[in-house]
Amino acid sequence: MSENEKKDKAPVKEEQQYSLNDDRRVKVLSPGAMVAKRFFRNRIAVVGLVILAFMFLFSFLGGLISPYGEDQLFYRTDLMKKEYAGAVLNVDFRYSAAEGQKMSSAVQAMAVLAIQKGETAFEYGGVDYQVIKEGEDFYRIALADGTTVAVTYKDVIRSSIEGQELSFDLIYNALKAYVGGGKTFSVDGKVYTIGDDGVVFENDTEIAYISRYALNAVSPDVFLTRSFRDQLIEAIENGQEDFTFVNENGEAQDFSVEYKPDVKNWVIYRKQASRVYDMYSFPSKEHWLGTDRYGMDMLTRLMYGGRVSLIIGFIVEAISTLLGVIMGGLAGYFGKWVDNLIMRIVDIFYCIPSMPILIIIGAAMDAMNMDPKLRMIYLMLILGFLGWPGMARLIRGQILSLREQEFMTATEAGGISVYRRIFKHLVPNVIPQIIVSVTMGVGGTIITEASLSFLGLGVRFPFASWGNIINDVNRTFVLESYWFIWIPAGVLLLLTVLAFNLVGDGLRDAFDPKMKR
Amino acid sequence: MRKYIIKRLLLAVVIFFFVMLITYTLMRCLPTSYIEQVARQKSQLPGSKSYDEWMAQLRAMYKMDRGIIAGYFGWLVDFFSGNFGDSWNFTIPVIEEFNKTVWISFWMGLITMFFELIIAIPLGIIAATKQYTKTDYTISILALAFISLPTFFFIALLKLVFSVKLGWFDLFGLIGRNHEQLSALGKFFDKVHHLVLPIVTLVIISIGGLMRYTRTNMLEVLNADYIRTARAKGLSERKVIYHHAFRNTLIPLVTIVGGSLPGLFSGALFTETMFSIDGIGYASYQAMIVGDIPFSMFYLAFISILTLIGNLISDILYAVVDPRVRLA
Repeated sequence: MSENEKKDKAPVKEEQQYSLNDDRRVKVLSPGAMVAKRFFRNRIAVVGLVILAFMFLFSFLGGLISPYGEDQLFYRTDLMKKEYAGAVLNVDFRYSAAEGQKMSSAVQAMAVLAIQKGETAFEYGGVDYQVIKEGEDFYRIALADGTTVAVTYKDVIRSSIEGQELSFDLIYNALKAYVGGGKTFSVDGKVYTIGDDGVVFENDTEIAYISRYALNAVSPDVFLTRSFRDQLIEAIENGQEDFTFVNENGEAQDFSVEYKPDVKNWVIYRKQASRVYDMYSFPSKEHWLGTDRYGMDMLTRLMYGGRVSLIIGFIVEAISTLLGVIMGGLAGYFGKWVDNLIMRIVDIFYCIPSMPILIIIGAAMDAMNMDPKLRMIYLMLILGFLGWPGMARLIRGQILSLREQEFMTATEAGGISVYRRIFKHLVPNVIPQIIVSVTMGVGGTIITEASLSFLGLGVRFPFASWGNIINDVNRTFVLESYWFIWIPAGVLLLLTVLAFNLVGDGLRDAFDPKMKR
Repeated sequence: MRKYIIKRLLLAVVIFFFVMLITYTLMRCLPTSYIEQVARQKSQLPGSKSYDEWMAQLRAMYKMDRGIIAGYFGWLVDFFSGNFGDSWNFTIPVIEEFNKTVWISFWMGLITMFFELIIAIPLGIIAATKQYTKTDYTISILALAFISLPTFFFIALLKLVFSVKLGWFDLFGLIGRNHEQLSALGKFFDKVHHLVLPIVTLVIISIGGLMRYTRTNMLEVLNADYIRTARAKGLSERKVIYHHAFRNTLIPLVTIVGGSLPGLFSGALFTETMFSIDGIGYASYQAMIVGDIPFSMFYLAFISILTLIGNLISDILYAVVDPRVRLA
């Protein structure tokens, strides 16, 4: 047997040696310790106490531990897709009227009809036209005397030089050569060559190009360069959805291509990065509970919100308890007209509809654009001032019964001053009731504050409060899709208030000397 | 008894006077944006008086030109002669808006009270008779949880589960989209359907308090000597609890329930607002946040009167129901 164990056993033996009526056999507990013992035996109350401890740590330490500030805003870069251009595979005949000629839409329709039927002539408005096939999907419309009115084609020819129009003769000859597979043609004595990919050169300078795709920029001041067109058409033909284009200044631009089957065209979007508030982002490693509608970290907001809710709860209860104890103490001790007067005031306060009054004051403070900090202080004062009658009634009732007891007669006989008699002898006897009432009152105050803040009439931005965090649920899309905005705040609020009530209940039972268990 | 009632009535009148004096003072201190707004609008009409003249006229009309005390007496006279004025927010006479909204609130309150009584009282009695058992703990914790439940959060949860996820109910409103096409019976059931969630909310948030109250009172009664006597003379436990104990528990219950009867008219501000039900609570909320003084004053006076009547009823009932109480 080791020495340690011997030492442990020694006192046990000593205890056994006490005689039966020895005082040392009885463990004496102070009233406070008795209450504590009874309280801790109540498992539900202890659960409440643990929740409260957690809430205090969460709110007061959490704010310090959290790497983010109360109203720190977060940003993210968002890719904004902006419509840039449209592309269409040309399947319709397009027209170019010869200089000095007109090609009305009715004539165009007749021409298409004639082409589709394979006819070589048609008549419209008393004028005879002939349709001359010059190549695949390329026709010339001429009058009966052979004057060319227009050409119609499916391959689209466009100028490569910004701001320069192509003449009719150039279009006609270029297309004729292109459709016919020719490499060169000449207009007005100038010789042009056509490359494999439909590019038209004049002395090695590119002046136009021919393609089946019709491309148009969405914004009229954007000129689609040829290299861009080439890359775009390549992307379309390969079925690519994204491509990067490097422009003449060497800047890389991201584009995405989307085919719209209903209108049979491609829409080209330009992707642009922009910095936006990181609103309503889902929980992630950086933001464990996501971000709120301003782009602030939700978890940090909850911590600071808890701080505000708890501080307001305690300050309000402190104010109303102080007022209540003074008024109730005076009423209970003096009785007669003092009691009557104070109790009538209490009656009046009981009758004041507090929630409507708070809403009205909140709306008025809104109208005055009051500073949020000042507003919070007023809120605490008003809530405290509206809350004292309950406490006063409780204290008065207790004191009325205590006043008649012998120890009070003794204090009177002993010549102790009135002030000391009330506050040293009467009030301490009421302290258990005060503690219970304050504990439950804090819970109630937190709900009131949260309700007001929920209506937007209590604690305001930039300060966080659980109530004003939940306020966002008024937007239906938040209710439907962003649970992390309002459910955590609501759960914390519910748990805190519940914990205050559980602890208050536990304390009431623990303070009650008649309690059997 | 008669003397007591008269005394209490007189006291109630005095309390009402001071409560409304406080409320009126508060209202008068609000920024009077409404009057300024109307005066500005009217002064801009062609051939109209100047802004200042309109302002003076409107202030006189709404008794804003005299001191607070004089204005208050003016308001009191108007109130008791049934002249409640026109609501600024709803632009119809206050009494009309009140008539339009109060009944739906009343029916909601009545149905809620019915469910509250048939749920809370039995549960409270069960908890008391099985003190310190699992049933008791469950009921007590549930009651506390319901008391601790923030109304607006609970409503949001209900909406998420029953409106968004399950799609059983609409998110807002008292009537559905195709209400007008329905038959009379269909219209009635449409309204009932839309009132399910609000009433569930009201019942849940109100049963906690009554449950605890019933349990506490039942426990007190169960510890009384006459219950011990009843047990000692060999009555069955059923008889002891439901005949001897329950009847005595009813005394405080009748008092508190009787006292809360006038409250049926006062509306449920949060529930009605969040479900957009045009009850008196929602109407008063709209009026209060825009500073509609005539309607707000009327509503506050109405609520104060209800509270006073409630207190009176519960005090009188206390004396009537409990033969041991003799009023001096």
